[in-house]
Amino acid sequence: MAYSEKVIDHYTNPRNIGTLDKASAQVGTGLVGAPECGDVMRLQIQVGENGIIEEAKFKTFGCGSAIASSSLATEWLKGKTIDQALEIDNMEIVEELALPPVKIHCSVLAEDAIKAAINDYRVKNGLEPLELEKSHH
Amino acid sequence: MIKLPIYLDNNSTTKCDPRVFAEMTPFFLEDFGNAASKSHAFGWKAEEAVDYAREQIAKIIGANSKEIIITSGATESNNLALKGVFEMYAAKGNHFITVSTEHKAILDACKHLEKLGAEVTYLPVGEDGMIQVSQIKEAIKPNTVLVSVMYANNELGVIQPVREIGALCKEHGVLFHTDATQAVGKIPVDVLADHIDLLSFTAHKMYGPKGVGALYVRRKNPRVKVTAQMDGGGHERGMRSGTLNVTGIVGFGKACEIAMQEMEAEGARLRILRDKLENALLQMEEAYLNGHKEHRLPHTTNISFKYVEGEGLMMGIKDVAVSSGSACTSASLEPSYVLKNLGLDDELAHSSIRFGLSRFTTEEEIDFTIKCVTDAVNKLREMSPLWEMFKEGIDLKSIEWSEH
Repeated sequence: MAYSEKVIDHYTNPRNIGTLDKASAQVGTGLVGAPECGDVMRLQIQVGENGIIEEAKFKTFGCGSAIASSSLATEWLKGKTIDQALEIDNMEIVEELALPPVKIHCSVLAEDAIKAAINDYRVKNGLEPLELEKSHH
Repeated sequence: MIKLPIYLDNNSTTKCDPRVFAEMTPFFLEDFGNAASKSHAFGWKAEEAVDYAREQIAKIIGANSKEIIITSGATESNNLALKGVFEMYAAKGNHFITVSTEHKAILDACKHLEKLGAEVTYLPVGEDGMIQVSQIKEAIKPNTVLVSVMYANNELGVIQPVREIGALCKEHGVLFHTDATQAVGKIPVDVLADHIDLLSFTAHKMYGPKGVGALYVRRKNPRVKVTAQMDGGGHERGMRSGTLNVTGIVGFGKACEIAMQEMEAEGARLRILRDKLENALLQMEEAYLNGHKEHRLPHTTNISFKYVEGEGLMMGIKDVAVSSGSACTSASLEPSYVLKNLGLDDELAHSSIRFGLSRFTTEEEIDFTIKCVTDAVNKLREMSPLWEMFKEGIDLKSIEWSEH
């Protein structure tokens, strides 16, 4: 199947690849997926004192759509508050990247990664983890 | 200047050789007759061409032309062999023996027959993709009618001990079928020396056209028959009805003739190129060869690049057309069943790429591919969380992965 231009762009020039200090209280890390399923995403956010996500990084093992979905997610996360970040819906990723139906699970995984990172941050800072919807795959 | 993209997916299909194409062209426009028309010159000419091609096709496997049943391709040949034997030999028994790494055309035909009352034994292979003759020996029972083992595997290129299996089957009075789709035209195949009773092969894997293949059905010692799976005009000795695909058959014949003449030199040349590619790629850290290193087709290699996902890798080497054992779609998150049957971890199966060289592959293309794949693997590993964990010495098996 042919990839959309945006997927190719994110795959070729991924934004925000990297690693943040996962021990830091400011950093939330989400690791989702599984090697045997063929995709693993690690998404990290660094939250400033003002509650705004000032840095987001990712590393992904997966197909082009999985890489593009996580790259796009990091772009969208920067500058958002945690509450705003929680509103990111996988279907927005699908639309932005023009993902075909067989690749929707890549966007779901990205949404899961965002939520997992936020929960990690919340727990580190003495907050209750949010109840997450069971992902639809 | 190298022409991109480079085609290295020759186990899927091959480019038609221009010499084959040239041989076929008159049969589209001028000599378009039906080979079954006995009353005029158009028919005679077509029949003559088919007879000649059938000789060429038979020769490449050491058969007699009367033993060649023309089909639409190897899938049909495999179906005809299995289902045709099941029906024809129902009185003798209902037990079939095959191997877990066979092509779907064999496995799914077996599943179909199981619904009709067949008993099928699916033998596992070793880590190297090889089946042991002793496994087959132990599986043969009084009601066994057929053993079906592929000559060479489509994903790995691994060559099975066909001659020994054939001898064993002969000794036990069991029919032996082999799906030789990947082998014919690439390595010497001889139905007599290999004791083969039924053999499937196809034109488009050996620089011929798509849509034409054959089933060899032995006529002597023993005389083998299969029940037709398609009713009609009784073509092909009553085993496969349907107007003959004259152009395709002519092309298939020419492809066989060329392959017979060039196989030896071509195999030697491709082995050198394949080894160059393979050795260079295996230089990389955590790159593994899948399948037996020696018992292998000369033009195929299958390599896993650990911590990099195959489909993602293929996107990174878009100038090189290859195929991966990874299927990352919501319909199928399962990696290749062939690789899983070798006992490979799913993650390694997801990381595999199959390279298939051809008569048209050049050394420049191989050099380009080596660089292209190496760069892409390195780039993707830099963005792989699994690679980072591996580098930090974290055992991936110790991590509780989220359900997916």
